[in-house]
Amino acid sequence: MRLSVVDTERCIGCQSCMFACARRLGEGGLASTCIGVRSIGGMERGFKVVVCRACDDPPCASVCPVGALQVRKGGGVRLDAAKCIGCGHCRDACVIGAVFWDDETNKPMICTHCGYCARFCPHGVLSVVKGKNVESAGLADNAGKAEKARKAERVEEAEGAEKDSSPPQAGMAAGAEGPDGGAADATRKAEEVEANA
Amino acid sequence: MLKGDPLANVLYIDLSKKRYRVEQREDLFEKNMGGAGVAVELLHEECPKGADPLSPENPIIFAVGPLTGLFPLASKTVAMFKSPHTGNLGESHAGGRSAVAIRTAGYGAIVIRGANDIPGYVAIHGSEVHFRDARTLWGMRNSFTVGRIIRENEPAAGLRSIMRIGRAGEKLIPYACVTTESYRHFGRLGLGAVFGSKKLKAVVVSGKHSLPVGEGGGGFGAAEYRRVYDQIYQEAVASPVMKKYHDLGTPENILPLNALGGLPTRNLKDARFEGADRICGEALAEHYLGRRLACSHCPVGCIHIAALREPDENEPYFYKTSMISYDYELIYALGSMLGGSDPEGLLKLIDRIEVYGLDAMSSGVVLAWATEAQERGLISDEQTGGLRFAWGDYPVYLEAVGRIVEQPNEFYAALARGVEHAASVYGGKDFALAFGGNEMPGYHTGPGAYLGFLVGARHSHLDNAGYSIDQKVLTKRQVGPDELAREILKEERWRQVLSSLVVCFFARGIYHPETASAALRVAGFDRAPEDLQRIGTEIHSRKYAFKVREGFSFDDLRVPVRVSETPSPVGMLDSQYLQAAVDYVCSDISRTGC
Ligand code: SF4
Ligand code: SF4
Ligand code: SF4
Ligand code: SF4
Repeated sequence: MRLSVVDTERCIGCQSCMFACARRLGEGGLASTCIGVRSIGGMERGFKVVVCRACDDPPCASVCPVGALQVRKGGGVRLDAAKCIGCGHCRDACVIGAVFWDDETNKPMICTHCGYCARFCPHGVLSVVKGKNVESAGLADNAGKAEKARKAERVEEAEGAEKDSSPPQAGMAAGAEGPDGGAADATRKAEEVEANA
Repeated sequence: MLKGDPLANVLYIDLSKKRYRVEQREDLFEKNMGGAGVAVELLHEECPKGADPLSPENPIIFAVGPLTGLFPLASKTVAMFKSPHTGNLGESHAGGRSAVAIRTAGYGAIVIRGANDIPGYVAIHGSEVHFRDARTLWGMRNSFTVGRIIRENEPAAGLRSIMRIGRAGEKLIPYACVTTESYRHFGRLGLGAVFGSKKLKAVVVSGKHSLPVGEGGGGFGAAEYRRVYDQIYQEAVASPVMKKYHDLGTPENILPLNALGGLPTRNLKDARFEGADRICGEALAEHYLGRRLACSHCPVGCIHIAALREPDENEPYFYKTSMISYDYELIYALGSMLGGSDPEGLLKLIDRIEVYGLDAMSSGVVLAWATEAQERGLISDEQTGGLRFAWGDYPVYLEAVGRIVEQPNEFYAALARGVEHAASVYGGKDFALAFGGNEMPGYHTGPGAYLGFLVGARHSHLDNAGYSIDQKVLTKRQVGPDELAREILKEERWRQVLSSLVVCFFARGIYHPETASAALRVAGFDRAPEDLQRIGTEIHSRKYAFKVREGFSFDDLRVPVRVSETPSPVGMLDSQYLQAAVDYVCSDISRTGC
């Protein structure tokens, strides 16, 4: 499963998704968010939602000199923070700017596709979709597809309670996904849901 | 408060010396939490008694609260200053990205003192403060353009706030506003003129600080944080009130207020407007709504933006599309109050006022007074420079707004000082609709509204929502002046808590004392609901202490005759009843020791 931006035209720029991503790590503020919402040159023109789109063949991983980014099943990458040397090549390689930066650890923060943020998007901009086919889900702009995406989200929501009661996550400062980080844990659980669904 | 919470940091900026420093003020935040509570203390500390509001000694204070950046809807910044409009307590709230930006930049409050010798703007990026040259931006006619230029010159897109003034602020009009994120305003009481007097064109704030939660940030903290968060968030997205503000926004209230007979119309000669259905929330949404926006960390998104497409006068197939934010108060002040039912004229006037950076309510009331004054022959065509004010005549109003800003003659210079002043020069006080020196908001609902305007610490309808007591209580049963006064005081005191937590007042139904207390615990503040009530009362009396120090007296309050000439939904206003209620508030406030 992965996170999908369904329809940016519905985005009101509330940043709830950004706060959710940071809160997943037990933090307030926006320092460790892996999703960015910003206006397209003035809020009146609307917003773009910058988040990892789970490339099948991720350039960020290809350029990493130490193999710290592993290609994730279902697209996107996982960071092995212990290996990362903070060179920043991944950030340059991602043309959509989805590699966020943790200034404290000097390491990248990349969406793990856990889907937590989608539960806090009040207007159906974000949703969690199954499977690998990026285009069909990512560009869904008709009601049928959006609805399907939202259904997938509901499955996720039903599972939300369990995820929430999972033990508080360790390794918070190490960015989105420490080697033994709870965020990865959450993702794994979510993937299981998907498999069972 | 939590150890290491950057909330305790107060950033002091001295424009004259181009210096800044940060002080740890745990004392201030422990006692007053944040927002209005902290700002009023800083105002007592920083503003010398009797200070001229347009002099360098008047401080500008911005404060946010412990819940900002942690919980939804704690999205306001409170600004305090001495008001050039009333010569007394100046307080104004705005959202946009400002609150989250200040908090994540690592501050709980910002104090700006002194003045620039040449126009400048201040850019605060985390712990760095830059004093930038703004000579090129000074005098620019369109405040949207100013925003655009600063946006391109500064980093941190999406995580920053740009608070700026327009021409009105530069020209020191005492009801000039400060605009943030193009569509949100520190509106009332003239913060824009205070910026202008300091030759301060804008303040940019951004930051990336993470914010701690819970008992020392330990495991319990994070889980409890998410639990309390989810509860508040769920309530926010499920509540019908919130849905109402998302769907049509505050203009949803136009038709109900009109049906009730409480919508001030043509300078309150009437309280029902026959053209209401053309400018109500439903009509504007159907024909013009182009986008809805939210403040940072607000899932509701009450900001409604109209798209107005206008053909060029000379060139065929050449169009310009303006994006114009509208709200209830703007539709009242620039629509019904001016007898205007042409939605395009209304939107153009809103846009013009936005471009200049004026307070919309004050502007509308001033124009309404001018229209009636000319109708009655108090002012001549010569004085207006040939303009004939007439109800609903938007081309004339558009022209007049420009003149108010540029002040080509004494008459427009008088209008530029507000309705109270204009009426003191030209007469017509009976229909000059200001309370405590501040132009009236859009509620002719009954004595609750008027008592609220009179005794509210900043003479705003939002101080105590007296209009809501009119609609909820007075339309159903009779209430004595003392009981009305007690209700108003109770609400205003509780609102001090909300505005110290900088919770948007639209979320007041969600942040009741228990919820506020639970959220505060996550943020490291142990305050029981009863403690909060007490703190609210204290903050309220600190505000009144400032007012009294600066010469406020209940005896000076003036009630324009007009309000008792037009029937309200609860009947004709009884001025003796109103006076009795004011007297009650006066003695109660003196008792709580200000
Ligand atoms: S971070 Fe960028 S390059 Fe890497 S997988 Fe995500 S979208 Fe692709
Ligand atoms: S910053 Fe880390 S993850 Fe990114 S390319 Fe360099 S080593 Fe690899
Ligand atoms: S899916 Fe998870 S990691 Fe990705 S942006 Fe959303 S909350 Fe953050
Ligand atoms: S939560 Fe949804 S509406 Fe709000 S900013 Fe994120 S994507 Fe946009």
